[in-house]
Amino acid sequence: MSVVTMEPKAAPVPRRLSRASKIRLARLVLVVALLALWELGSGRLFATFWVSKPSLIAVYLWDWIVSGDFFHHLAFTMGAMLSGFAAGTVLGLAAGMWLSRAPFAAEVLDPFLVAMNGIPRVALAPLFVVWFGIDMLPKIVLVFTLVFFVIFYNTYAGIRSVDRRFTDLAWVMGASETELFLKVILPAATPYIFLGIKLSIPYALIGAIIGEFVASSAGLGWKIQMETSLYNTTGTMAGLIVMMTIVVAMNAALNALEARLLSWRPEAREVRAQGPQA
Amino acid sequence: MLDRDLPSQGGLSVLEFRQVSKTYDAGHGRVTALKDLSISVRPGEFLTVVGPSGCGKSTLLNLLVGLEQPSGGDILLNGSRSIDRRRIGYVMQNDNLYPWRTLRENVEFPLELRNVPEAERRRISLDYLAKVHLRDFADRYPHELSGGMRQRGNIVRALSFSPDLIIMDEPFGPLDAQTRLLLQNQLLELWADEGKTVIFITHDLPEAIALGDRVMVLTARPGRVKSVHDVPIPRPRNVRHLHEDSVYRDLLSRLGDELAEEISAGGVSQ
Repeated sequence: MSVVTMEPKAAPVPRRLSRASKIRLARLVLVVALLALWELGSGRLFATFWVSKPSLIAVYLWDWIVSGDFFHHLAFTMGAMLSGFAAGTVLGLAAGMWLSRAPFAAEVLDPFLVAMNGIPRVALAPLFVVWFGIDMLPKIVLVFTLVFFVIFYNTYAGIRSVDRRFTDLAWVMGASETELFLKVILPAATPYIFLGIKLSIPYALIGAIIGEFVASSAGLGWKIQMETSLYNTTGTMAGLIVMMTIVVAMNAALNALEARLLSWRPEAREVRAQGPQA
Repeated sequence: MLDRDLPSQGGLSVLEFRQVSKTYDAGHGRVTALKDLSISVRPGEFLTVVGPSGCGKSTLLNLLVGLEQPSGGDILLNGSRSIDRRRIGYVMQNDNLYPWRTLRENVEFPLELRNVPEAERRRISLDYLAKVHLRDFADRYPHELSGGMRQRGNIVRALSFSPDLIIMDEPFGPLDAQTRLLLQNQLLELWADEGKTVIFITHDLPEAIALGDRVMVLTARPGRVKSVHDVPIPRPRNVRHLHEDSVYRDLLSRLGDELAEEISAGGVSQ
């Protein structure tokens, strides 16, 4: 992490760019430079056949969106991703809240949770096809198995790390168990829970795509696999860019939500969360 | 002015400890933290408690607020054995405002727990914040406030619901000397306004004498009452000028000697 510096609220020199705009500008420069390098290098430094190039990809994407089945595949993948994400978040939160308040059950279940979370999900995908067919359901379940553990572990760790002083004080002031949980423990754990939700987005997409790789009739993963098997790297790259866009957009939406929900937090303080072993 | 001649026994005390003991099971045997501690706190009194470290201060606090139960003896709040913790205001050593609540929402927290209607909560909290000159900061989050501001917020949070008894655990410990003096004076003004009963625990002897109607000195472990001294300095007091007062200086040197005895006794027994 870099050093966090305090900046005056009203900038004395209004013409200078704020830190946030500088960061945005630098990012734009970086994107343009990379795209230019790719565009100009393709066909000169490396063969276009292997890596395609941005202009070809843009044309492909345009045709795909305007005339093709882009929205059909997008809807399939997003449907699986969002359903599994929603189910994993709700049940992960519930399990985290329950086990963090039930130490006996938590200790009993610990090795089982570690073992289940340790299974590489790619290995589960074919089994889910056997169980649930090749439609959207096996993808939803696969996404769920990834998201659930990320949310669960972060919720659990977040609630367990709530400062004793906070809960003691609330108890002394007369809080009931329910009030203690809703008014103290949950708000104190929110930064962890939110980080878990943000961390789980890429996993949700991974789950959906793996599911489509294994057996599917639609979806961005299925499309990418088909294009790759035809050695159409332009199509593959187009699919990858769509996926990147999905993750970045969802992350931006959650950042906006976080800025509202966690406005009480000093920016310098960041919570470290646990990722899964997927 | 307070009537200082109230009898210390019977139903007239807000809080009474009768021969209270507390022992803990440590791995290698039993540790006695408090032994036969008897205190009687009069209504409206400002009682300060000083003692060497290891005098069982945190045990005393936990017993006072009901986080722990005594091993022996009785604790009575308003003459009753069942302590209603909702009648006690507690100011912890470290500023302990909830970071996800604004200053005003923090002050309103105990009122929320008592189902006070929102408009009423708001009126009470803003009144109290005005008393400690924090009204303009009502909607700030704790991380946007200085240590002194947070501690003032902490104190009015404990007052906001009109408790029978306020317990303060070294509330000014982490503050710089100037802020301390300022807050000590503000606390005395607030206390004079409210007429609440206060038990104030501190390591700082000058503070204990400056604020208290009575100063109670505890012994080194196991904690017992060594002595209780009246502080016959008239009120209102200005903490900033007390060092010119001969009664204050006299008490300071006498109590300083007593405390020093206990500190060296504690050192020998360890």
